[in-house]
Order: sequence, then structure tokens, then C-alpha cells
Amino acid sequence: MLLARLLDDKFASLSRMGKIHGGVFLGRGQEALSVALGLRLQPGDVYAPLIRDTAGRLAFGETLLEATRTILGSPLGPMRARDGNVHRGRPKDGMLAMISHLGAMISVVNGMLMAHRFKNIKDTVGGTCIGDGATSTGAVHEALNQASVERLPLVIVVANNQYAYSTPTDRQFACESLLDRAAGYGIKGHSIDGTDLNTCLEVVGNAVDQARQGAGPQMVVASLLRLCGHGEHDDASYISSAIKASPCGRDCLQVAEAHLLQEEWASPTDLRAWRQEASRRIEETVATVQRDPAPDAYKEDWCALASRHLSEGQSEKGA
Amino acid sequence: MKTSNTITYLDAIREAQDRALADDPRVFIYGQDVGAFGGAFKATKNLAQKYPGRVIDSPISEDAMVGMAVGAAIGGMRPIIEMQFADFSTVGLNQIVNQAATHFWRTNVPCPITVRLPCGGTSGSGPFHSQTMEAIYAHYPGLVVVTPATVEDAYSMLLEAVAIDDPVLFCEHKYLYYHLKADKLPTEAMPLGKARIARPGRDMTIVAYSAMVHEALAVADELASEGTEIEVVDLRSVKPLDTDTVMASVARTGRLLCVGESFPWGGVTAEVIARVASEGFGLLDAPPQRLNAKDTPVPYHPDLWKAHRPTSQSIEAAARRLLRS
Repeated sequence: MLLARLLDDKFASLSRMGKIHGGVFLGRGQEALSVALGLRLQPGDVYAPLIRDTAGRLAFGETLLEATRTILGSPLGPMRARDGNVHRGRPKDGMLAMISHLGAMISVVNGMLMAHRFKNIKDTVGGTCIGDGATSTGAVHEALNQASVERLPLVIVVANNQYAYSTPTDRQFACESLLDRAAGYGIKGHSIDGTDLNTCLEVVGNAVDQARQGAGPQMVVASLLRLCGHGEHDDASYISSAIKASPCGRDCLQVAEAHLLQEEWASPTDLRAWRQEASRRIEETVATVQRDPAPDAYKEDWCALASRHLSEGQSEKGA
Repeated sequence: MKTSNTITYLDAIREAQDRALADDPRVFIYGQDVGAFGGAFKATKNLAQKYPGRVIDSPISEDAMVGMAVGAAIGGMRPIIEMQFADFSTVGLNQIVNQAATHFWRTNVPCPITVRLPCGGTSGSGPFHSQTMEAIYAHYPGLVVVTPATVEDAYSMLLEAVAIDDPVLFCEHKYLYYHLKADKLPTEAMPLGKARIARPGRDMTIVAYSAMVHEALAVADELASEGTEIEVVDLRSVKPLDTDTVMASVARTGRLLCVGESFPWGGVTAEVIARVASEGFGLLDAPPQRLNAKDTPVPYHPDLWKAHRPTSQSIEAAARRLLRS
């Protein structure tokens, strides 16, 4: 959680310095929920993170180096500079590389789980995250219904962060709670305070366990607030002060740290030391990636097909 | 001879899927009504019974059907998706062009899915059960788009579609389902990506694909009785497009007419003509011509439908004009 927050902060800083090509999207305020899913999934499971899941990615096994290489467009990263920022993954290791079209990853997770079923790979779970805005897409509806029909071990975490870009939830849906949707699909729903790490770990963990035990798809709807803009280009001036002052506006990292101090599981000195250590690792990683070569368009393969002999572009190479 | 011709184009598609399921445990079929019912056109008849658990009815969810296939392919399977009609694949367009088509390029992990598209017009089918979709899919990098015109190609190209490591749009023509027959399935085939000279000739080249190959062959027969020899090139796959075979044919004949059943704006015929004009302008004795459907939705009534798409009559008229120019 702390590592993810500081890594995101570093990305924001690099973005302001003009060191990052394209958009920068942060998970500030969503780390508790995100890390809970990443931690509760296991090797062999499937994970399709979304744009605010730096914490979940790191918890699931992404390295700082891979994250930073993708964000900075290094050809040595897993996406080889062909795709960037949040569009990163290692599909063979179960971490899917999201496309931008919201809701589109859920049926892909379903497919990975179907592959496990066909190959008799047992006791695996697929976890994914979407926002309140994505719940309005047809893709989410189709995929949740599909998961339910096939009774797949899918855990979908809905981060209701109150705004889809600038659109408030009252312009996004008219049901009382997004949790109501779960019943419509015949899947189990859980509602949680997404600013509280303990609750997130417990409820998300329980949903993952239930899915693993064969109880079918699980939906966890978490209430929280995005503590930044949609992207770093967005000043989020549309977020009202009333909602910032409401319970969902709490900073999950501060809540978690206060809890650690209150329970005396850590001292202020420990917290400072953890922060310093995380910052040191991040600075070291960024320094490494900044020494990476830039991608070379002349050495780029420009072949979109795995079957090279069927690629049209090959005859035009060098033209 | 005619009596021994018992295997239809549709049979070939069913047989190819039967063989793919038998030979490769990674193969499964997913689509609406494909299970016990055997598919809207019976292209999966008896397969669910023969391969329990591997021929699966899907909800009416084209987006999720393709998304599921992508995930299964990443997970090591070889899914075949049946769209009930090619027209409905637009609901799954996002997953096809943004998920499946980009996956290998972005991640270096191949996405071997086959999406079967029952396409093309039959009389009375109207605007939403008659479309041909190859131009849309061919536009996107990362996809292979095949358009078999014969029973033999329907069989061998479907097997090859399943075998290759990329997403393949398999455009099977509904008019050919029952109209084309062969006496046996092929044991060997031309490789995917190669066009075929369906009929040799010296006076003019007609480039066609899918059902239009047969309309073009009818024109070639008709004009042969007058001593005009038309060469008919069957593209077989529109992406990749076998420009070399087209160019070699135009080098022999000097005249090019391109025929497609799709809407006229852009598309396969425009692409063929653009390539010949830019790379083989000197081979042409007359301006290259193209013939497509009209720029309206596909009409319902048979009298309108026949006038909307190219037919042997309209192709013959276009061919005669080109021969005079």
C-alpha cells in the first residue's frame, strides 16, 4: 500500500517533469481495496487489474522494475514500449494487460478460468476490478451473466469512487446501490468501506475463498473516494468538499497507519523507516530505468501477427 | 458424376470442426444454440453429443463470447466462436479488434481464436442477416480474414484457421452452404494466404472472393462461348491479400475487374485496385474497374435484393464494358 502510494507519487512527479509520455493514472485512495485483492489472490490465479491498481499489481507479484519500465516506455519492460502506463501485464503468469474499454477484461478472465476448467486445473480464482462508471457498460453485464451461467470462480471488485472521470454516481446509475446488481446476476454480493484496510482484507479475502471453494462468482462493492484527478491532467475541481469530508473521503493509507499506531503494531519511527525504504527502492528503480535505451523504430519488428508469413506489413518493410 | 456430389459447403464446415475437435484437445466451440440443437444452420450438428462439454451454448452476448475466447486462448485453448450471423459480430467488435487483434503485438502472447461468421445475402434475409464483414475486420492489424469460395477451401481453411496462432475471421457464405457440393473432402490444400486461379484466361482478370467467385465463373462461361477468355482469381483470403497472384494475372490479361458483395465504400475491391494501380499501373490496358453492392442497407424483397448485390448479369455487363474500353 505504502509502496504503491509512493510509486504513484513518483509517477506524478515524473509526469510533471515531462518525463512520461501520455497519461498518468493513479490509485490514490484505492490502495486498501486494490492491495486486498492482489494479496488474497495466489500464484496460479488470474488477475485483471484496472487503472488504479498499482497496489494490487505489486501485491500480486509485479516488480517495481516492470511497472516503472512500462510507465517510462522502456523497450526492456514487458510491453516493450508498444503499450504503456496502466496497460501492462504478464498474461502467461496470470496477470492480464488491460485494454482501455471498460468492462472488456471480465469476460477475458472468464475465458482464462474456462481454460483452467478444460485443463483440469483446480482451485484457481480470477479476480478483477472495475469502477462505478464501468458498471454501466454492456460488456460488464454480458461478462457477469456469463460468469454466473458458467458458475466460474470470479471475484469482481467494484471500486465505487463516486466519480467516473467527472460524472457523479447519480448520473451513472439509478439503483440504490451497485450491490443490487449482484442479485440480478444470481451472484453473491458484499458491500464494504473501501477506506478500511482491515475490512477490505477480510471481505475480499472471504470472497476469494468462497469463489475458490466453488460458491460461484462474487461481487464486492467498495465505497471510497478517488483522492486525485481521473489522470494527472485533471485537477478534479468537480469533487465537492462535502464528499471529501464524508466517511468515504478518508485516505485509506492514513487510516491504516493510524490503526497500526493505535494497536501499537508499529511506532512512528517504524512508519518513517518503511517510507524511507520504499522511497529508496523506488528512486533506485527509476534511476535504473532512466538508463534504459529508448525504443528504436528502425529495429522494431512491425509485425502484428504471430504467424509471420501471413503478415502483410512484411513486404512493405523498408519501403 | 452429379449423384456422387454429396458433401456440401456446410458439411465441410461441420466436418472440419469435427476433425479439429477429434485431433486437438485444446479445441472447443462456443456460440448461441451450437450445443444440443446443433447451431442455427446445423454447422455443429451432433458435435455436442460426440464431444461432451466441448460444444457449449453461450448466452446472447457476442462481446462476452469473444472475450471468453480470448481468455481461453491466452490460457492455452483453441476456441472456435460461432456468430449466429456475421451481422451480430458487431456487438463483439470491440473484443475482436481491440482485444484479440492487439494481444500478440502488445504482450508477445498469441491469441489463437477462430470466429466463424456466417455471412452474405440470401433472398429475404434483409438488412441484419445478410451482411459481409470482411472489409471491417481486414482493416485492423493483427487479424487474418479468410473467405472460402469452395467446399474444399471451407474444410481446409477452417482447419488451418484453428491451427494458426492468430485470431482468424472465418467468413463462410450462407448462400454457398447448400448450393456448393463436392464428392470428397480434400486431403491436401493450398496454403492460407495464396490466391487461386479459378479459371485461366487471357483477355481480362476478374478478382473475386467468396460467393462472387461463382458469379464470376458463370460470366466467364458465358463469354467463353463468344471466344473471350476471362481469368477468374479467387482471393481465398482477403487478409493477407495475395497481391502477387493478382498482379501476375493482370500482367497476362491487361484488364482488371474486381467484384465484392460488400458495400462499395473502401473494402477489398478498393484495396486490390489501389495495389494494382500503384504497383502495376503499366500492366493495365484500361482503367481498372470495381463492382460492389449498392450503398444502402441490404434490402429484404428478393427483387430488390437481386439488384442490390452484384450478380452474373451485372458482372457480365461490367465485363463487356471493360473489354470495349
